[in-house]
Amino acid sequence: MPELADIANDVIRAELDEFVERDDERRELIELYAEAPADLLVIAAAVVQGDHVASDVLTEAALGAGTEALEVMDDGLIAGMALVGIKFRENFIFVPEVLACARAMKAGMKHIEPILSASGVEPVGRVIMGTVKGDLHDIGKNLCIMLLSGAGFEVIDLGVDTSPDEFIEAVEEHEAEVVGMSALLTTTMPNMGRTIEAFIDADLRDDVKVMVGGAPVTPDFADEMGADAYGDNAVECVEVAKRLLGISA
Amino acid sequence: MSVFLETVANSSVLISDGATGTYLQQQGLEPGGCPEEFNSTRPEVIRGMAADYFAAGSDMVETNSFGASRYMLAKYGLGDRVEELNRLAGELAREAAEPGQFVLGSIGPTGELLDPMGTATEEEMYEAFSEQVRGLAAGGVDAVCIETMSDMGEMSLAIRASRDHSDLPVVATMTYDRGPRGFFTMMGITPEAAAEQLSTAGADIVGSNCGIAIEDMVEIIAAFRSATDRPILAHINAGIPRIEAGKIIYPDLPVYMAEQMERVVEAGANIVGGCCGTGPDHVRAFHAHLRSSEN
Repeated sequence: MPELADIANDVIRAELDEFVERDDERRELIELYAEAPADLLVIAAAVVQGDHVASDVLTEAALGAGTEALEVMDDGLIAGMALVGIKFRENFIFVPEVLACARAMKAGMKHIEPILSASGVEPVGRVIMGTVKGDLHDIGKNLCIMLLSGAGFEVIDLGVDTSPDEFIEAVEEHEAEVVGMSALLTTTMPNMGRTIEAFIDADLRDDVKVMVGGAPVTPDFADEMGADAYGDNAVECVEVAKRLLGISA
Repeated sequence: MSVFLETVANSSVLISDGATGTYLQQQGLEPGGCPEEFNSTRPEVIRGMAADYFAAGSDMVETNSFGASRYMLAKYGLGDRVEELNRLAGELAREAAEPGQFVLGSIGPTGELLDPMGTATEEEMYEAFSEQVRGLAAGGVDAVCIETMSDMGEMSLAIRASRDHSDLPVVATMTYDRGPRGFFTMMGITPEAAAEQLSTAGADIVGSNCGIAIEDMVEIIAAFRSATDRPILAHINAGIPRIEAGKIIYPDLPVYMAEQMERVVEAGANIVGGCCGTGPDHVRAFHAHLRSSEN
């Protein structure tokens, strides 16, 4: 079984040792990082440190050296975000740091995406995101979009004050598999339920998975409305979207 | 020292008001409608809200201007009416206040993130807060109350704008979540760090509002108290909302909150009141409970 010492990058080794406390996650991540080559782990480290310049340069270099785009994405960029997600969940870092990491991820992804789409590789999934009708708050939703795009999802952003019809039209037009709804106000929160009902009325409910989030939203509330999943924060949003599509994290 | 700050310093505890949004929805504000527009279209409702809270026992009320920054008003096409709507907010609450009762000018977050997290520049955010402060000062408020903040950068700009554009005392409160390692704002500020940094930034009164239920607020206020000698304000939600029979319910009833409020005061709060889900009945209960135990 691989050990911490087998990880070929000082930053990743130290971060993992300091911040990943759960045994199962430690084992899983040690395995992931121990098998990754050093020139991709430096990309993961750049993402963890929120260094978008390094991520940009190192990703381009790895591709230039002939490494497959998918491998650079998985063992470099996405591997870095795995550590970021855990640090965020455990309160070691907060929104400002996560945003910096997401920006680093994006700086690498801009080299990966054109290669993947040229070779016909489909995005991880298509997600429609919007703040529900009557609600004009979008900080949380925008964080989710940033992290979803970083994780390889194609995201269609419907903005704020989105009516049920707009959600439905977007799903049909883009053949999206997941709909994400956000609300900050308790008064607009019920519009999530109304949107889900509109999908039922349009006979489309079985074609999409619905995830919800926002400050006043709770797992119980999500259940009650008939959503498929609830995410507490932007990092969880990515995990939820993957789970809904049956993709392992 | 202003009369307001003097009164705070000489009182064991003062009682603030309850929620604005919850109240206005009962008066016909549409879900997602612009609350501040009522300052010009339904002035009698806004004046009546202040009067209701004063009658219930509030020593001070907040103005209906939480979202009256150019950023938020622009979303309703009202971005050019910042000074007017803030001035009206101040005037309407003032009209309901008797001598010895105070009006706090509410300033909420812009809904934008500062560069490099987001796209707003410090200059334009400072200018937006300045506009709001000028309007509130013209409306005759006794203090500015900057609230529901999570980012110290944005908060500091609002405090500086208040200092630069008025002589008003500044109340500054942050919003917390309970996480696996304790209480933090969304941006990662602890209560202790906030108490210190808000004082340094120029706030006269510091504290916390919204976000969590009253049991957690007791701990947050104690943490603030351990780090500052300034007066502390707590505006507290009527619990965490849940759904019952399709309706949003705030679970913490007036009497329960009033009993718990004693612990908030013991923890170090000098001004207490309600946030989301509270109303005049809550204030009446706070008053009955806190004032009767005062001898």
